[in-house]
Amino acid sequence: MGAQLRVYKRRIRSVTATKKITKAMEMIAASRVVKAQRKVAASTPYAQELTRAVTAVGTGSNTKHPLTTEAENPTRAAVLLLTSDRGLAGAFNANAIKAAEQLTERLEREGKQVDTYIVGRRGVAHYNFRERKITESWTGFTDEPSYADAKKVAAPLIEAIEKDTADGGVDELHIVYTEFVSMMTQTAVDSRLLPLRLDEVAEQTQKKDEILPLYDFEPSAEDVLDALLPRYVESRIYNALLQSAASKHAATRRAMKSATDNAGELIETLTRLANQARQAEITQEISEIVGGASALADATAGSDY
Amino acid sequence: MAAELHVELVAADRQVWSGEATLVVARTTSGDIGVMPGHQPLLGVLESGPVTIRTSDGGTVVAAVHGGFVSFADNKLSLLAEIAELADEIDVQRTERELERAKAEGDTHAERRADVRLRAATAAR
Repeated sequence: MGAQLRVYKRRIRSVTATKKITKAMEMIAASRVVKAQRKVAASTPYAQELTRAVTAVGTGSNTKHPLTTEAENPTRAAVLLLTSDRGLAGAFNANAIKAAEQLTERLEREGKQVDTYIVGRRGVAHYNFRERKITESWTGFTDEPSYADAKKVAAPLIEAIEKDTADGGVDELHIVYTEFVSMMTQTAVDSRLLPLRLDEVAEQTQKKDEILPLYDFEPSAEDVLDALLPRYVESRIYNALLQSAASKHAATRRAMKSATDNAGELIETLTRLANQARQAEITQEISEIVGGASALADATAGSDY
Repeated sequence: MAAELHVELVAADRQVWSGEATLVVARTTSGDIGVMPGHQPLLGVLESGPVTIRTSDGGTVVAAVHGGFVSFADNKLSLLAEIAELADEIDVQRTERELERAKAEGDTHAERRADVRLRAATAAR
């Protein structure tokens, strides 16, 4: 076997092995997307009922609560960025980080100091590499977040927003995550969790003409709101974590699918080249034999025997 | 047919139970409250404790609820809880072990959780 042919054969073998791996990763990601989507769907009733309740208290009473009223001139804001622990997901993390950076820039232009909270190793690595300050970070559960994880993330954020701004608290809470639109589309979005914009919350949950009943609060509207809002933040963060996980798996699936396709193409090209090299080798051998034979014939033609 | 109200018992990560009922008893921070069809619109904070639902076919469903809310409007009652378990899902022996461990470790939260579970499980019997 010729040297060139051997090189091609070796490359085909290695690309085939890579293709098998990416194919497997694609299939794993595909099954995880479905699982993650199911989790998003399972958490929806709770989120819906909770949002409805928040709207009811917010619109049905004249209670003023630090979590629903805007500070007169906000000076500090917290940004929670959701990324994933692992890469191999195309532009998934890059998009989320870019969205967070744009939001941070906008907030800073408005004269607010920004505290960054990050979920996921990718985001942490990005910020550490650039030596930017991270207030707090969490890693290790982005593939399959549980409600306890969401609570863990929400706790310091709620604490920060309840504290006075002068003592290191924040006035606003923003979240940046990747919304799962469909298998093919996931978009990085940012939204303000607190202070609550009640009209916006109301729009998400109900039809325009529905009038909320006049609720009787037990024990009182303030207490209900006090208990309700932290749960609301937790539930929103939980939902964002789940959507982010689903998006990550979908992005991985797509990235791995194109990797598999590319490997297939590469194998095809290499096979063609290998065939060509083999054919050239055979042709050369034949012409060598023919040339040798005719040279032999020429040499014997002039002699007597 | 007796008047009915629709009940949805949802935990943070799943829907636990839903159906028609004639009476729901839950514990709010200011005491036990019973809700029957046609109750005034209500929004209350729940304590962790057992919730009893008397279904319209005469049965009783008991669930252990750890913190959450109850809201009632338009003959629809929603019970929201971070963690909610139906009494028949609770493993009594395991919970007893948990209770002992929590007592030994002095973990009051875990102790309370286990206690609520046990009470819900015994109430269902």
